[in-house]
Amino acid sequence: MTDTILKSHSPVNLTPKDFKSDQEVRWCPGCGDHGVLNSVQKAMAAMNIPKEKFAVISGIGCSSRFPYYMDTYGFHTIHGRAAAVASGVKSANPDLEIIQVSGDGDALAIGGNHFIHAIRRNIDMTILLFNNEIYGLTKGQYSPTSKQGMVTKTSPFGTIEQPFQPAELALGAQSKFYARSIDTNIKLTTELILAGAKHKGTSIIEVLQNCVIYNDGAHTLITDKETKDDFQLILHHGERMIFGKNRNKGLVLGGNGKLIVVTIGEFGITEQDILVHDAHNPDPHMAWLLSNMSAPEYPVALGVIRDVAALSYEEKMVQQIKDVQAVSSIKCMDDLLNSGDTWEVK
Amino acid sequence: MSQKTKVIEKEEVVIRFSGDSGDGMQLTGTQFSDTSALFGNDVATFPDYPAEIRAPQGTVGGVSGFQLHFGQMEVNTPGDFADVLVAMNPAALKANLKWVKPSGTIIVNEDSFTDKNLEKAGYDSNPLDDENLSDYNLIKARVTSLTKECLKDTELDQKSILRSKNMFTLGMVYWMFDRPLEHTEEFIEKKFKKYPLVVEGNKMVLRAGYNFARTIEALPYNFSVAPAKIKKGIYRNVTGNKATAWGLIAVAEKAGLELFCGSYPITPATEILQELAARKDLGVKTFQAEDEIAGICTSIGASFAGNFAVTTTSGPGLALKTEAAGLAVMTELPLVIVNVQRGGPSTGLPTKTEQSDLMQAIHGRSGECPMPVIAASTPSNCFEYAYSAGKIALEHMTPVILLTDGFIANGAEPWRIPKMADLSPIEVPFAKEGDNYQPYARDTEKLARKWAVPGTKGLEHRIGGLEKMDITGTVSYVPENHQVMTDIRSERIRRVANFIPDVPVKGNDDAEVLVVGWGGTYGHLTTAVRELQAEGKSIALAHFHYIFPLPKNTKEVLQRHKKVIVCELNEGQFAEYLRAGFQDVKFNQYNKLQGLPFTVLELKERFNQLLEEK
Ligand SMILES: Cc1ncc(C[n+]2csc(CCOP(=O)(O)OP(=O)(O)O)c2C)c(N)n1
Ligand code: SF4
Ligand SMILES: [Mg+2]
Repeated sequence: MTDTILKSHSPVNLTPKDFKSDQEVRWCPGCGDHGVLNSVQKAMAAMNIPKEKFAVISGIGCSSRFPYYMDTYGFHTIHGRAAAVASGVKSANPDLEIIQVSGDGDALAIGGNHFIHAIRRNIDMTILLFNNEIYGLTKGQYSPTSKQGMVTKTSPFGTIEQPFQPAELALGAQSKFYARSIDTNIKLTTELILAGAKHKGTSIIEVLQNCVIYNDGAHTLITDKETKDDFQLILHHGERMIFGKNRNKGLVLGGNGKLIVVTIGEFGITEQDILVHDAHNPDPHMAWLLSNMSAPEYPVALGVIRDVAALSYEEKMVQQIKDVQAVSSIKCMDDLLNSGDTWEVK
Repeated sequence: MSQKTKVIEKEEVVIRFSGDSGDGMQLTGTQFSDTSALFGNDVATFPDYPAEIRAPQGTVGGVSGFQLHFGQMEVNTPGDFADVLVAMNPAALKANLKWVKPSGTIIVNEDSFTDKNLEKAGYDSNPLDDENLSDYNLIKARVTSLTKECLKDTELDQKSILRSKNMFTLGMVYWMFDRPLEHTEEFIEKKFKKYPLVVEGNKMVLRAGYNFARTIEALPYNFSVAPAKIKKGIYRNVTGNKATAWGLIAVAEKAGLELFCGSYPITPATEILQELAARKDLGVKTFQAEDEIAGICTSIGASFAGNFAVTTTSGPGLALKTEAAGLAVMTELPLVIVNVQRGGPSTGLPTKTEQSDLMQAIHGRSGECPMPVIAASTPSNCFEYAYSAGKIALEHMTPVILLTDGFIANGAEPWRIPKMADLSPIEVPFAKEGDNYQPYARDTEKLARKWAVPGTKGLEHRIGGLEKMDITGTVSYVPENHQVMTDIRSERIRRVANFIPDVPVKGNDDAEVLVVGWGGTYGHLTTAVRELQAEGKSIALAHFHYIFPLPKNTKEVLQRHKKVIVCELNEGQFAEYLRAGFQDVKFNQYNKLQGLPFTVLELKERFNQLLEEK
């Protein structure tokens, strides 16, 4: 929507503070959700869209309390159904800028069906997926993204379930925009939300989020000062996939079709050998490889992993209505009532 | 048109066309009913088809039927028993013989009574040679051979030739009832515009059937059914599902809103979604969701965003929508939930009718979760009650359940076309820019909150499923507040009773027996009561459309009659509901669970029994 935003409205001059509601924020101190809230408010202020054009729609979970903290139109719906409700909001009023908020349980367990179908339809909205690999609100049960073996209240002997990689699910549903951030990196999260809002269609922004109470340290390797540079790769379209504390590590594609981490300067590897990120590649293969990397074997890919242009659902919907209206002789209900076979009783 | 020896005037006639799913019986039946409607008869029809699209050919399970009832008086049902049965194969005869009146006429396609088909239908011997049929006026016609013979000199392929044999039987029945062929000829011309050969062929077969019936003098007499005395106006035929869809579109147009329908296909409700999907010209947005939950959730989203939102389903789908319906109650958003009832529980009898979702509609949600429930009672008044459901939803800011059922949804009848200008206005309580908006502040009359549509400057607010503070709408766990909000949610739905009409009673105030019904049983109940009244019996009918809340005169009506009998196609859900509300009234019951409508005959028997009881 950023195009319309920038064109059709006079500058609105909002600051992040304008998006803060009068409600006290109730997340646990130290919860990663605070950082995301910050990022969203910053991004919204930067979008130059009047406040009344935003609708923030969430499901149920700690993260889904989000709308109450935003001074915009907001809808805290029911567990798992936020993507469906948001799809209806956008179809009803395509002028609105939709931010949809879900936890990993909300979007991928109870709401998995709505999540993949929203993506498949490509409804223009930005879905913030708060991935803390746990059910926070219900106090610590494993989620569809919990690592196998994890001990939680409902897996006292370790989970025996294989976790989802959310990106895999999204790409399987033909996702056109997938980005990943980490709660502590407010600058990156803000940038990604802006990019997601600008993208027409369903944009998924997975935020690796820390639940200090029930799954503290789930993402330590990429948040810890000591290790983070070695275990995260921030992707930029058109730039080489280089990372590491010393910026000397990179990715190349092996002959077996797998990504390989290499060190520049070793075995004759030069910067020129490192892959260049093409977020706009319609073929999802590389996006799949990148989004599936996990630490410590690989760096975790952050940034915009995939951003491919396509028409959105509601654009097509509006166009179809226009096309049919242009050729139909039925212009109002009275026309319809009197169309087809009728007869008069005198 | 024909010269016949003897003419017998009939008040009303019931014809049942039946054959294999592929025999074109639905089309044949529709043609006959349209022609009769054009002629000026009152008509009611009901299609009866198998749940399987391609049920095994020639078997009883694969029989598709279409019953129609036309008359020179008011016709309210498709009729209990048929004067004429058309059976295109042995299975059709087997499935339908029990629905033919004693001494009725049966037309069979003799060619199809082969050993193989007899076996498939489960006959040990050929029923056409049987004594059993001697009480009927049995007309054996070699429909297949005669159709082939008629078209042998055309260039039509064998398949197209065989397909047109339904026109032969239609022609025969047209002759029997002295009906003109023009309407069907025009229909054929339109339908097969691109295939002139098929047009010619079908018309030839239609006329051949007509002439065949004349030649063999299919009947020793000619039935004539004079036009009915019908109110002046422009008419059309309409099914309940189409009328429902159109009623919803009418609401949107009247209220000046866009219509959004989030829905998932399910028999017998699917046609509503299909009809709405076809109406892009009127700006209708249909969203075929991934399931019923998404159906209602997208609609709730659309309602939040300012559209007139509806969702359509049948029983099992309503069960899936339950949780979200609670969200709509909590957020007080306008929404119409249409439930076209079918036989249950579970997948049950998808293509058959029942009224067993009443309790689900009234009570089937978590928490104290009231919403208005209203029910249409005839194919055409689905329009009126869909309109009423939408008006209540928008003006009272509440979800509303509209109940119809498979019988009225698929049934068709002539309908006097309304004018949009004559429909009552709909006033939507929008909040406006500049208002000091509080999400749960209310008007004093209806206790409806205001609808602040996203995009309106200055009205930013949050709603959701958590309990909200009275007036301000912030999240609240205060115990007293929950009591206050629960009371308001209850009271505001009760107040809908101030805006609906009294339940009308057909019959005298002092009638001994009061028949009570609701929804799609209206046609049968009204016919049974009318016939008994004509016989001088002391009986009256109160048929309910507004179920929750009930009309204000309900108590008075129920209390003034000596005996009350509640008739419904379930185990007594409405009776139970009335018992809870009116404990001093004794409610008798008449119930049936066969996936079929009542018959007028069985109702009259039961009512006579009750009249005789001391
Ligand atoms: C229908 C329904 N089932 C279950 C719940 C209970 N419930 C609420 S939130 C939740 C899981 C929350 O986990 P997640 O979506 O990951 O959000 P988080 O709290 O971690 O942010 C569950 C199981 C509910 N509210 N509604
Ligand atoms: S329980 Fe975890 S996710 Fe929920 S608010 Fe506390 S820290 Fe955040
Ligand atoms: Mg979680």
